[in-house]
Amino acid sequence: MPERIIVPFGPQHPVLPEPIHIDLVLEDEKVVEAIPSIGYIHRGLEQLVQKREYPEFVYVAERICGICSFIHSLCYCQGIEKIMEIEVPDRARYLRTIWSEYSRLHSHLLWLGLFADSMGFENLFMRSWRLREKVLDVLEDTTGGRVIQGTCKVGGVRRDIGQEKLDEIHRGLESFEEECRDLGHVFLNDTTVKNRLRGLGVLSKAEAYDLGAVGPTARASGVEMDHRETGYAAYGDLGFKPVIETAGDCYARCAVRLREVHASIDLVRRAIEEMPEGPIDVKVRGTPEGEYFSRAEQPRGEVVYYLRGDGTKNLSRARIRTPTLTNIPSLVKMLPGVQLADVPVVVLSIDPCISCTER
Amino acid sequence: MSILQSIKNAVRSRSIHVSYIDVGSCNGCDIEVLACLAPRYDIEQYGIYVHNNPREADVLLVIGSVTPQWEDKLRNIWEKIPAPKAAIAIGNCPISGCVYARKGSLTTPPVKNYIPIAAEVPGCPPRPTEILSAILSVAPLIFKDYEEKQS
Repeated sequence: MPERIIVPFGPQHPVLPEPIHIDLVLEDEKVVEAIPSIGYIHRGLEQLVQKREYPEFVYVAERICGICSFIHSLCYCQGIEKIMEIEVPDRARYLRTIWSEYSRLHSHLLWLGLFADSMGFENLFMRSWRLREKVLDVLEDTTGGRVIQGTCKVGGVRRDIGQEKLDEIHRGLESFEEECRDLGHVFLNDTTVKNRLRGLGVLSKAEAYDLGAVGPTARASGVEMDHRETGYAAYGDLGFKPVIETAGDCYARCAVRLREVHASIDLVRRAIEEMPEGPIDVKVRGTPEGEYFSRAEQPRGEVVYYLRGDGTKNLSRARIRTPTLTNIPSLVKMLPGVQLADVPVVVLSIDPCISCTER
Repeated sequence: MSILQSIKNAVRSRSIHVSYIDVGSCNGCDIEVLACLAPRYDIEQYGIYVHNNPREADVLLVIGSVTPQWEDKLRNIWEKIPAPKAAIAIGNCPISGCVYARKGSLTTPPVKNYIPIAAEVPGCPPRPTEILSAILSVAPLIFKDYEEKQS
C-alpha cells in the first residue's frame, strides 16, 4: 500500500483568486480524500442587518459578492417587497430581468475564462475575457458601475434605460451571440479540451440530489432545477426552460454554462422586445413586519434569503444561504480519484464563489 | 551611480511581479485586478506580470478589510516577499472597511495596521486603469536606486 501524504491547497494559491483551504490526502498522484475548511473571509454580514436600516441594507447585500451582486440585491428587495406587500411596476420587473441576465452573462464568461486558465489554455482565457468586456460595457452604460451596479432598490429600480439604448443593446446582441458561438465551439469541440474534461470529477444524478447540489452543478448531472422557472421578476412572462446535461462531469458543467449564455442572450432579447412602458418605482412607506423566504437563481445556483422584520427600521434577522456553500459537499465527493494536476480544474468546475459562501 | 545599480534599475523598470490576496472583500476588486490581465487593459505590455506567488513578487495588492483568520497570515505573506517590495491597498475595504465598517461585523480595517502600505486606490471597486496607474506610479519610487538608498 502506498504511503499517504497530505498536500495543503490554498488559501493563497496561484489558481484561486479567492481564499479557500482544502487538505488533499494523496496516494501517489491520486486524491483519496479532500477536507475543506472555510471561513477566511467571513465578515459577519448577516449581523449587519440589525445595524443598517432596511433600505440601506441593499448596499450591503450587493457587496456580499461582487460577481452576482445584482441578483443578491434583487433577492433581498424581492423579500422586503413581499413582506410589505408592495407591487413593483412592470417596467421595473423587466429591467431587473435584463440586469440579472447581464450579470449571469458576465459571470459565466468570467468562469469560462478562469476555467480555461486552470487548464493552462491561456488563449481561450483571453478570448473569454475580451468578450466579457462587452458585457461590462453595457452594464456600465446602463447602470454606471462595471461590477457593482447599485440600481436595485426596495420598490423598483433606480435608473431607466431609454428606448435608444435598448435598441442599441438589441442590435449589439447579434454580433455578441455570434462570438459566443465561436467561443463555445472551441470549448466543446477542441480535442485537447475534450480529452482533459471528459469523465473528470463525475457526479451522478442521485448524488447531486442527495448532496444538495444547485445551479449548473446540479443541472450538469441531470437534475432539472432552475429557480427562474418559478417566474420571479419577469421570468414568468418571458417563459423559460432550464438547460440540462446528463453526463455529470467537468465537460457537462462547461456545456451547461455555455448553453446558458445563449439562453441568457435570448431572455434579454425577448425582455427588450416586450418591454412595457410606465413608471420604474413606487414610493415605499412604513416598515417591514413579518417574515419571508425569498429565492432567486444566481449564476452559481439558487440563493435563499430568510428575512424577518419586527416593525422597526432594522430587520431583526436575515439568513442568507448561498449556492457555493451547498455545492461544497458535491465538490468533496468529486475530488477522490482524480489526479493532483486535475484538482484546480475540478475545484473551478463548481464555480466556487468564496465571498458568497462565507458572507 | 554604480554600473550594477544602473543595470538593476533597467531590469526592474520592465519586470514587476504582482501577487494579490483577498483578506475579506466582496470579490469585486478581485475581478477588476484580473480584468487588468484581459486584452483591453493588458497589464503585461507595461512589463507587469501577475503570478500570485508571494515568493517571487515585488508588489502585493491587498484587497478587502481584514478578517480575524487573516491577521497573522497577512503578515506571514508580507514577510515571504523578498525586498524591495511594496504593498498597494485596492478598493475602499482596506482603507476604511467600506459598507462592512459597522460594530458587529467581524472585520478590522484598515490594513495599514498590519503591514506597511505604499499606496491606496479608493473606489468600490476601482477601475482597472486606476489599479494599473497606481502600480505604475509606485513601482519606480520604490525600486529605483533601491540599494543606494539603503546604504
